[in-house]
Amino acid sequence: MYKKPQYIAIGLVVALAVILLSLPAQSRAQLNRWISTLFVVGFEASETTESLADRTRAAVTPRKVLTKQIEDLQEEIQRLRLQNKQLESVTRENTQLRDLLAWKKQTPWNVKSAQVVGRDPANWHRMVLINLGVQHGMIENMPVMTNNGLVGRISAVGETQSQVLLIGDPNCQVGALVESTGESGIIGPATSTTSDPKLINLLHIAADSKIEPGDRVITSGLGTIFPKGIPIGSIVHARTEASGLTLKARVRLFANVNRLENIWVLMK
Amino acid sequence: MSRINLIVILMVAFLCVYAQTAFQGLRNALNAQIDLLPVLMVYVALSADIIAVALLAVIGGVLFDSLSANPLGISILPLFFIGLFLQIRHDLILREMTYAQFVVGCCVCTAMPVMTLALMWILGERPIIGLGSLWQWFVMALGGGLVTPLFFRLFDRLENALTYSARPAYNESMARQDREIKRGRSRSY
Repeated sequence: MYKKPQYIAIGLVVALAVILLSLPAQSRAQLNRWISTLFVVGFEASETTESLADRTRAAVTPRKVLTKQIEDLQEEIQRLRLQNKQLESVTRENTQLRDLLAWKKQTPWNVKSAQVVGRDPANWHRMVLINLGVQHGMIENMPVMTNNGLVGRISAVGETQSQVLLIGDPNCQVGALVESTGESGIIGPATSTTSDPKLINLLHIAADSKIEPGDRVITSGLGTIFPKGIPIGSIVHARTEASGLTLKARVRLFANVNRLENIWVLMK
Repeated sequence: MSRINLIVILMVAFLCVYAQTAFQGLRNALNAQIDLLPVLMVYVALSADIIAVALLAVIGGVLFDSLSANPLGISILPLFFIGLFLQIRHDLILREMTYAQFVVGCCVCTAMPVMTLALMWILGERPIIGLGSLWQWFVMALGGGLVTPLFFRLFDRLENALTYSARPAYNESMARQDREIKRGRSRSY
C-alpha cells in the first residue's frame, strides 16, 4: 500500500512532531515567539489600514455631527470632573480610615491601552492577540480588562505582541467573590462554547451561602495575578452541585469577550 | 506540481492562518471559524507528491499553532495523516467533480478537529468542548466543503498559468485521412 518515499515522509513528519511536542515549555514558548513574529508585518499592516479607514471616516463626517459630538464630549468631561472631585474626597476619607485601622493602602491600577489584533484560529481556545509585547513592558500573567470588567490574563509574550487567555478558558481560572455576601469561589471554564460566550461558571461556593441572581461578582485578590475588586460579572442563577457540599453559579460576564477591540492591561 | 506552485501554496497556507486569526466576520456572525488548512491539504494531496503533503503539514501546522493556544506542533500530525490518506486513495476520488470536492472537503474538515482534539486529550491539554462545539463542528465541515471547490478552481488556474505545457510534436499518425485534400485531376465521369 505504501511506497518507500511515503515511509520516509511518515518517519520524518512523526519524528518532527514528537520533537516539537516534547520540547521543554520554555524552548517551545521561545520557538513559538520566533515563528509568530513572521505574522507581525501582517498585523501591523491591518492595524495601519484600520486606522487609515478610521481617519478617512472621520474626515468625511459632516460638520454638524462633529459639533454635536464635541458638545456631548464636553458635557461628559464636565460630569466626569465633578465625579472625580467627589472621588478625590472619598479617596482621602478612605486613606484616613485605612490609616486609623492600620490597613494596607490600596495602590491605584496602572493601566496601558492595547488593541486586539487577532483571535485564536482554533475554535476550542479562548485567546486573543494584542499589539503590545516585551518592548512595551508586557510580562506574563498581567491582568487584562475592559471598561466593563475583567477579560483575562497575558499568557505568552512576544516582542511586539502578546497572547491573552480569556476568562472562561480552562487555563485562566480566577479567584472571585460575590460582593454582597463576601462568599468566595473560583471562576472555572465556560461550559458551552457558542450558545452564550458571556456565560461562565463560579465554582466551589459554600452550600449555605445566600447568593441571589443579579449579585455582582468581583476578583477576590487571592493569589498573585488579579488584584482585588475588578468587576467580573453578575450571578444569573445558582444550584447545588452533585456532591451537595458546594454551589455552582452561572455568571454573566460584564465584558463582551467575543467582541474585544480596545482593552486595558494592568501593569505591575 | 511545479516548485513555484508549491511555494505559492505554502504562501497561501501562511495567508490562511493569518486570515483565520485577523478576520473575525464569520466568527462574529456564526460563532465559529472555518479552518482553511485542511482544505488546502485536500488540493495538495490530490495534485502533488508526498513531499508537498509533508511540507504543507509541517509548515502549515507550525504556523497555525504559533498563533494559537495549541501546543506547538500538535496540528502537524492530523494534517499530515489526512493528506497521506487522500494521496493513497486519490485513484478513487473524482478530483475534477465539484460535488466530490465538496464531499471530500466536508469530510476532511470534520476529521481535522476531531483528530486534533483527540491528540490534545492524549497529551493532557484541556480544550473547551461543550454542546456548542457541535455547532462549530458543523460550520467548519460545511464551510470547508464549500470552500474546497473554490480552492481547486483557483489553484488549477494558477497551475495552468505557471506551468509550461509544450505542444505535442507533429507525427504522421496525427494526420486524419478523411480530412486530406486530394490533389491531381479529378476523375471524369
